[in-house]
Amino acid sequence: MSISSGNDQRLLRFTTAGSVDDGKSSLIGRLLHDAGAVPTDQLAALERIAARNGDAGIDLSLLTDGLVAEREQGITIDVAYRYFATPRRKFIIADTPGHEQYTRNMVTGASTADAAVILVDARNGMTTQTRRHLFLAHLLGIRHLVIAVNKMDLVEFARAPFDAVAGAVKAFAATLGAEPPIVVPLSAKFGDNVVLRSDHLPWYDGEPLLAILEGLPSAAEADNLPLRLPVQLVRRTMTPAGQYRRYLGRVESGRIAVGDPIVALPSGAATRVRAIATYDGPLDHAAAPQSIGIEIDDAVDIARGDVLVHPTEVPAVARRLEATICWFDDEPFAAGRRYLIKVGTRTAVAHINEIVYRLDVTTLAPVPATGLVRNDIARVRVTAAAPLAFDPYRANRATGALILIDEQTHATVAAGMIEG
Amino acid sequence: MSSDEIIVTIERPAASPSTPVLSPSAAHLDALESEAIHILREVAAEFRNPVLLFSGGKDSTVLLRLAEKALRPGRLPFPLLHVDTGHNFPEVIAFRDRLVTQLGERLIVRTVQDSIDRGRVRPKHANQSRNAFQIVTLLDAIAEFGFDACIGGARRDEEKARAKERIFSFRDAFGQWDPRRQRPELWSLYNTRLDPGEHMRVFPLSNWTELDVWQYIARENLELPSLYYAHPRRVALRGGALVPVVDTLEIADHEPIETRVVRFRTVGDISCTLPVESPAATADEVVAEILTARISERGATRLDDRTSDASMEERKRAGYF
Repeated sequence: MSISSGNDQRLLRFTTAGSVDDGKSSLIGRLLHDAGAVPTDQLAALERIAARNGDAGIDLSLLTDGLVAEREQGITIDVAYRYFATPRRKFIIADTPGHEQYTRNMVTGASTADAAVILVDARNGMTTQTRRHLFLAHLLGIRHLVIAVNKMDLVEFARAPFDAVAGAVKAFAATLGAEPPIVVPLSAKFGDNVVLRSDHLPWYDGEPLLAILEGLPSAAEADNLPLRLPVQLVRRTMTPAGQYRRYLGRVESGRIAVGDPIVALPSGAATRVRAIATYDGPLDHAAAPQSIGIEIDDAVDIARGDVLVHPTEVPAVARRLEATICWFDDEPFAAGRRYLIKVGTRTAVAHINEIVYRLDVTTLAPVPATGLVRNDIARVRVTAAAPLAFDPYRANRATGALILIDEQTHATVAAGMIEG
Repeated sequence: MSSDEIIVTIERPAASPSTPVLSPSAAHLDALESEAIHILREVAAEFRNPVLLFSGGKDSTVLLRLAEKALRPGRLPFPLLHVDTGHNFPEVIAFRDRLVTQLGERLIVRTVQDSIDRGRVRPKHANQSRNAFQIVTLLDAIAEFGFDACIGGARRDEEKARAKERIFSFRDAFGQWDPRRQRPELWSLYNTRLDPGEHMRVFPLSNWTELDVWQYIARENLELPSLYYAHPRRVALRGGALVPVVDTLEIADHEPIETRVVRFRTVGDISCTLPVESPAATADEVVAEILTARISERGATRLDDRTSDASMEERKRAGYF
């Protein structure tokens, strides 16, 4: 089980943002098609449709066509996952629709993404929607932002409209404090600069979109962060030599080695790693994102929900925290209602004490608020019934993310990023 | 949250032989494996009475190995359930029973035939595909045992309805999936809360593709039913498809019957599972073949999905796997 084999066949998870009008379906269809990921039977189906409609060529946007339930009701269901691989990399696309519920959808798709591809129509330039997409991608901690300036064929492949978009998105990203986006001109409809370099864009000296995605650094180097190992499950095993406990969990960040001193939080119980166990045999050390079992020296009390850390690099432990949340539920937020907060593997009863402010997703300005409705983004203060171990989301995605569950309806009402 | 601590008494079963890894680039398999183990441990920790759906097919065989990786040593903290259509390939049933015995796990079998005998489903004719009837048998078994989580081997790359399904996929008290009312699923924070009568379907292989599954089978040296590998078989030629000559499938007089070297990419209900021509005799050879194959898994081999563009979605909404 070697995680760091150092080759390029790593996973890259990316999310796509943009509306149908921006050509998002065409872009994904083109990417899958030109990367050779569309099976012949699906292509044959598209050819039958083109023949029936008397079209000159196949419509690649149909590859990401929705469900019957969506077509009947003219809606789009939040996130669809798509998969393709090149000799250099395996990709998982979280494809989120741009129109309805865009905030909730994009937050969901972005939560697991290493990169975001945000579409801009070359004719329209950077729009309010583009700003929202950039803001949400940055809020969710996506490091690699790629702006696909699409429909270059409709602006005669001219450089000026592209430069205008590139300048505007870079300036806006800077105001957010985000890394500068990579900006690429392309035509999803005709395939220019998606997989293959385009002859129509001689002034562009960057790579086509696929090569950019293939070359992005892998998931935030989680193994360089402090150790965070949330305990999922305790298994007790009888052996001829006696009984022992094994603490099962995934190394969410950092590294752990046999002999390491560790602390279980929030209890604070201190012990030492006696063994690291896997089905395939014991390990001397392990790193994110390996799933392992830990055996320890002492009979200290460790349970599901505890986080194992090194004593020199501990997270915050508190009942009160501040977070930026996105409200998901159809029912508006109601003061005084009991929610369940889930951070890592710990679940606790919680209240939202105060809405500090709501963020206007268009102007990005904080505005006063007493309530929250679906798709709102707000800074809130939360009090949990029991102490939680957490990090700021900016420092650690795994221990800085939370969801809120309505205790009565069981709906996931909100998701959030812990500020501190 | 009941089974937080589970007492187990068996040490790790006989170690599987370690074999050289096929793929030189296993980093993505390691990531997928770790994600699946994490999901299985969440199920073991957060549900009162889970069950793992095991058919003896390749995906559920991979799933079973991942459950071992997640939860050994000792017995798995959940039984296995097979919903048997009665139209299975005998090799698959033999493999299923052999593997279960070898692992020392508990297997529950519930049959569509029993559902028919009790009048729970009424086929139009004896040889009708029983794939859709599995829904009734499965939901009856869930009610009978009070299962609150069914772990399945479905993958999102199989079909577009699956592409939109959660890893932890909520089912109402009627066993139905409502694609519009799915719970948002972010990071690895799964909402596992249920009311009595509701249950969760959990898909640890959601992010795996057919190729990933085969690379993993090769890497882990997993045994599979022999049908997955090249063998001579009498088949009827129907359009571009090869239809196995078996009792439950009708062959028209004009359809020529020949012996071809074939393998199955899926091994479901005999009456709707078609083989493809292939000389691939090992997992490594299957991997090589898939790398060049250009027909989707279900497109090549499933009669039931061809019926209409939306047939998987319709079956899923009714409670299918």
